[in-house]
Amino acid sequence: MKKTIITVVGNDTVGIIAKVCTYLADNNVNILDITQTIVQGYFNMMMVTDTSASAKDSASLARELNELGDSIGVVIHCQHEDIFNKMHRI
Amino acid sequence: MINMFEVNETNKMIEQENLDVRTITMGISLLDCIDSDLEKVNENIYNKITKYAENLVETGDKIAMEYGIPIVNKRISVTPIALIGGAACRSTEDFVSIAKTLDRAAKTVGVNFIGGYSALVSKGMTPAEELLIRSIPQALAVTERVCSSVNVGSTRTGINMDAVRLMGEIVLETAKASRDQDSLGCAKLVVFCNAPDDNPFMAGAFHGVTEADCIINVGVSGPGVVKTALQKVRGKDFETLCEMIKRTAFKVTRVGQLVAREASRRLGVPFGIVDLSLAPTPAIGDSVAEILEEIGLERVGAPGTTAALALLNDQVKKGGVMASAAVGGLSGAFIPVSEDQGMIDAVNLGALSLEKLEAMTCVCSVGLDMIAIPGDTKASTISGLIADEAAIGMINQKTTAVRVIPVIGKGVGETVEFGGLLGYAPIMPVNSFSCEAFVDRGGRIPAPIHSFKN
Repeated sequence: MKKTIITVVGNDTVGIIAKVCTYLADNNVNILDITQTIVQGYFNMMMVTDTSASAKDSASLARELNELGDSIGVVIHCQHEDIFNKMHRI
Repeated sequence: MINMFEVNETNKMIEQENLDVRTITMGISLLDCIDSDLEKVNENIYNKITKYAENLVETGDKIAMEYGIPIVNKRISVTPIALIGGAACRSTEDFVSIAKTLDRAAKTVGVNFIGGYSALVSKGMTPAEELLIRSIPQALAVTERVCSSVNVGSTRTGINMDAVRLMGEIVLETAKASRDQDSLGCAKLVVFCNAPDDNPFMAGAFHGVTEADCIINVGVSGPGVVKTALQKVRGKDFETLCEMIKRTAFKVTRVGQLVAREASRRLGVPFGIVDLSLAPTPAIGDSVAEILEEIGLERVGAPGTTAALALLNDQVKKGGVMASAAVGGLSGAFIPVSEDQGMIDAVNLGALSLEKLEAMTCVCSVGLDMIAIPGDTKASTISGLIADEAAIGMINQKTTAVRVIPVIGKGVGETVEFGGLLGYAPIMPVNSFSCEAFVDRGGRIPAPIHSFKN
């Protein structure tokens, strides 16, 4: 399984989760876990996803999610989980 | 499982604190390109570099995208060209033709610098090595991406003072040859003592003859991350301070190690080393000087600066060593003037002098780096600066280097602009008393007593 961490940060608005999830479903990316909070109107979400069944490579998914973020006014990152594992786990 | 706090911490480092992988440098051996026919040598070099490094830039960009970590530079280092061109080159122009080939190969594969237009002359110079050194001013003036370095001394061999004298002249000639670009050529020329074979950082990178055919070395960065972390322990004791630097260096280096492994796997090239350096850029908040100030100095250059830098350098290594499978290169804190806004400010305020910078080089990872000096500085004075740095390196068994830029036509009080990562620098005064008689002696300073370890 190829786990990818997707983070979405920005001003809260209607339909952020819907748009991100629609994109993921369209690209055959499975969501394993979602954590989401809103602090002072600021939307903050982290998803753990499995991208191994997607036809697109990780770099393309990252780029497209980035663009999707721009279009709805939030910042979306899509990163391989290893960057976090390596930094925070020995 | 990774939690949101940890994910946000990493992303904050990347987005707000300038965490990045500074360079993936592919080291390529050119030993099998040697031929007695110059045209053939040039052809061999071009073909080998463009074949081996064909996918370097694309792979680097893909890794950056997938992990969400910027990889700022993709670069190449090659075997010292004095060895490769020795059999074919009869004149300085012959060597310059190889420099042009390196430049052309770098442009074809899309890397922004290629290092290794170098000669290792710590004990003596062969005629080919002297020819290469004499060709450096022209080579750096007619090429854009080629970087040059000369190793003039080591703890094992002593200091080759003939080479030191020659390099004083060559630095000045390089400045003159690129005078219409504010002597930019000198920013691509480093004079070393104890030069490492596996340094991924420019301008001093070359691929040592002890290395494999091809290797991937990675240089990490992150002064901004260390500075932000240290804000949390303001006023606390040194143990707490050191612990925080170590922890932060560990995290930064783990990212470098991850990228190095990944690049090595995808390119099918063995992983060499991670260079644990804090490399500043002119960007605000990406400064080693600001870390030293956060440790408790009003400005870099104040009494206490050398001690603060010593502890910083040591803790970065201690934190980084465990995070990486193999550590090498320069590994430590860089203190270039023009590439670090905090350093520039300290010079402008009169807090930081050339002499204090020299003292700092006793405990940091490199030496007098990216320092602009008056264009009318004598060649023998530059040789004196080089000899001093080489002596510090030789006696302390560490790498030291000199990358000074005598800016032709400009003097103290003026500023020189290099642009991009190279930044800008105020021109610093140099002690004007002569060392000509010392430099003119010629010969070699013998290796120190503690080099006899066998």
